[in-house]
Order: sequence, then structure tokens, then C-alpha cells
Amino acid sequence: MTPIIELCNVTRSFGAKFALNDINLTLEKGTVLGLVGENGSGKTTLIKHVLGLLKPDRGSVSVFGIDPVIDPVPVLAQIGYLSEEDILPSWMRIRELQRYMQGFYPTWDQEYADQLVREFGLDREAKLMGLSKGQRARAGLMTALAYRPQLLLLDEPSSGLDPIVRRDILGAIVRTIADEGRTVLFSSHLLGEVDRVADRVAMIQNGSILFCENLDGLKEIHLELTVIFPQPRPVRPRFDGAIAAEGDGKEWSVLFKGTLDQARVVVEAQGATIAEHRPANLDEIFVGYARPTGGAN
Amino acid sequence: MLLHITTSEGVPIYMQIVTQIKHLVASGRLSEGDELLPIRALAEQLVVNPNTVARAYRELEMAGVVEKRRTAGTYVSGAGSPLARGEQARILTERIDALVIEAQHMSFSTDELIEMIRARADHLQPKATDSSKEPRP
Repeated sequence: MTPIIELCNVTRSFGAKFALNDINLTLEKGTVLGLVGENGSGKTTLIKHVLGLLKPDRGSVSVFGIDPVIDPVPVLAQIGYLSEEDILPSWMRIRELQRYMQGFYPTWDQEYADQLVREFGLDREAKLMGLSKGQRARAGLMTALAYRPQLLLLDEPSSGLDPIVRRDILGAIVRTIADEGRTVLFSSHLLGEVDRVADRVAMIQNGSILFCENLDGLKEIHLELTVIFPQPRPVRPRFDGAIAAEGDGKEWSVLFKGTLDQARVVVEAQGATIAEHRPANLDEIFVGYARPTGGAN
Repeated sequence: MLLHITTSEGVPIYMQIVTQIKHLVASGRLSEGDELLPIRALAEQLVVNPNTVARAYRELEMAGVVEKRRTAGTYVSGAGSPLARGEQARILTERIDALVIEAQHMSFSTDELIEMIRARADHLQPKATDSSKEPRP
């Protein structure tokens, strides 16, 4: 079966800077991929390539098996897009926005659109410019969902929004997945949200993908250890499998990739002991890979 | 059926659902024949990926805690009760391990710890029977 999104060796630079560097990414139907990375790491640039808004310098982009730059209409007709930026025409009323969007999308479902308006507590007569940031985000979400797109692309959808709106957005993602296995790609720096709804997580840094893994698998192979040395250590300990180490003196917390048995071997080889261990959470994995300090080399 | 999902401990969410439902069955808050929430409803309630809930239900089914019925729906199975004792022991063992480690860090001996547990059990004994008879306020 054709993957929903397929990026092969995609490279794109702005001036001398690589925005995307040899990206390979495949998203199968029915999966939710969380895209994480620091600000400026390339998340938005990647999403714009999927939308066909940017053309790669090298490599190829295929969405539903189609190149979105060459043939954007059938691609965009099946993508629901919500970005952090407020791109809706602010002078429109909600009902005008509905009619306007309906013109673009043959699959627009007015009944569903009205249902979303009710659920989100939106006023059909209200103008967008008069709405709060949270209500405008809900209006954006309504327009992104109402034509039941095959692919939902969310670029930092909950950035700067209060927890209630974020919950609406997450709830919409959950319902979208539950509906006949639709596919979602969303970027977020709120890792707790990624943790809740993603099947897979891709981490991007300086335009390169550091890892793209099944979320449960990722957590199963990373441990957060508290390592105690008999004597204070003036320098950061380094050992095989350690991604990052933080601490000082005798006690260090270490993000470790591998099994507990493997960790015991390398830690004890340095004369230290593991005082505590637990599966690493996504925050710890993210910070560890963004600032690797503990590797053997 | 109230579950609590946390993303700060690093425990996969499907595992949290499995553990908590086993806990509910072991503690008798879910009993044989009770229906679990449909996958979609639980996913929406917890705001987690429906695939995750589906995976948790599959694991519970394989462990014999729940069973799918032909009329759709997932129910707590009769086989849940013999399994419950082992599960109850597992839950207690986890708590005991944490306690023993904490005691070792504070240089309490195992005998001292057992003595403290006995003292607390005696202290809590009358209250425990009262609260089981009286409805909670």
C-alpha cells in the first residue's frame, strides 16, 4: 500500500543554511506521527514541503502518491491543516468562513461543521477578529476537520493556547484517528501531548532526523538512571549507552539507551552503582538527545 | 471506571491502562461481567490514541482478564478472579519493594520495618473495619 507521506532524501537550504538535510520519512495510513524538535530545527519547513508550499532542492516528496508541488489540488483537497499562525480571514463571520471553505473542499460536510461549531461553543454570527485566540484556534480546527480530510497536518497547534483549548485540539486528533484510521502528522513542543496521542515520534534537529521510532519502543529502550559514585567526580562520567548525564559530585542522573542489565555492567565497570532506575519519559529523552553529553566518544 | 494517565513516569500509556484495569479487577471495583468502556469512548475520555487503548485491551484479553463477546464489547472475564490473587500480590510486592529500598537508604533494619508495619496495622485495624461497614460521606 502506498504510504500517505513519503519523503526521500529531501534537502532544502535557505542561503547557506541547511533547513532540511537529507530527510527520509514515511508515514503509513492510520498512524499518528508526533514531530518534535527545538524551535528552528526544521519542523515547519518539513510540514510546508508536505503541503507543497516549498519545493525541495534535492530529493522527492510524495503525498497520497502524488507530488504536491506538481499536482497540488488533489493533495490539498485531502489535507486538513492547522498552523500556529492565524491565517483565516479575520473579517469573516463563522458562518461566512464555513461557506468560503465549502467552496474549496468538495467533501465539506456541513452537518459535521455545525456539530463542531456547537461542540466548540462558537457563535456562527461572530466575526473572527472579535474572537479570543483560543476561539480562533477552534474555528481553525473546525475548518480543518469539516471536510473529513485523509491527512491532518497540525503545526504547533496548541502553541500559546490555554489547557482547555489544547484539550479540544487533542480530543479532535483522537476522534480523527478513531474515524476510519485517518492519518495525522503534528508538531509540538508539548511532549506530554505527543506522548498521549502519537504512535510514532520523529525528532528533528538542525534539519536532520535524529530518530523516528515507535513511541512505546522508544520508552522501552531508554532508562533514566541515578548513578552514585563512591567519590565525587570533577568531570561528567561517560560510558557506552549513556546519551546524557547531569549532576555533580557523587550523584548523576543519566539517560541510558539499553537494558538495565547492560546499564549495570557499564556503570559497575566504573566503580559506581545504580541507585534508582525507571523508564525515561519523553521529556528526558528529548532533552538528552538535544544536548547529548554522556556518550562514550 | 476511572483511570489516570501520566506522562511523567516514562511508563508506556498502554501499560498504565493494563495495570490500572488489572488493579480495578483485583480490588473488586470491576467484577466479572462488567463491561469496559468501548475503545473510542475510553480514548476520548483519557485523551489518548485509540490504538493505545486497543493495544491495552488486547493485552488484557491475552492475560485472560477480559474477554470480547460476540455482541461487540469487552467484558471482565470469569477467569479474572483466580488471576486476581496473583495480581494483588504483584501490586503489594511493588509497594513493599519501594518501602524496603527507602528503609535501607535510611538505615532501618528489616526487623525494625516489620515491627513498624505491625504497629501501623494494629493502629489502623479498628478504623479499617469501621469504614468498610459505614458508607462514605
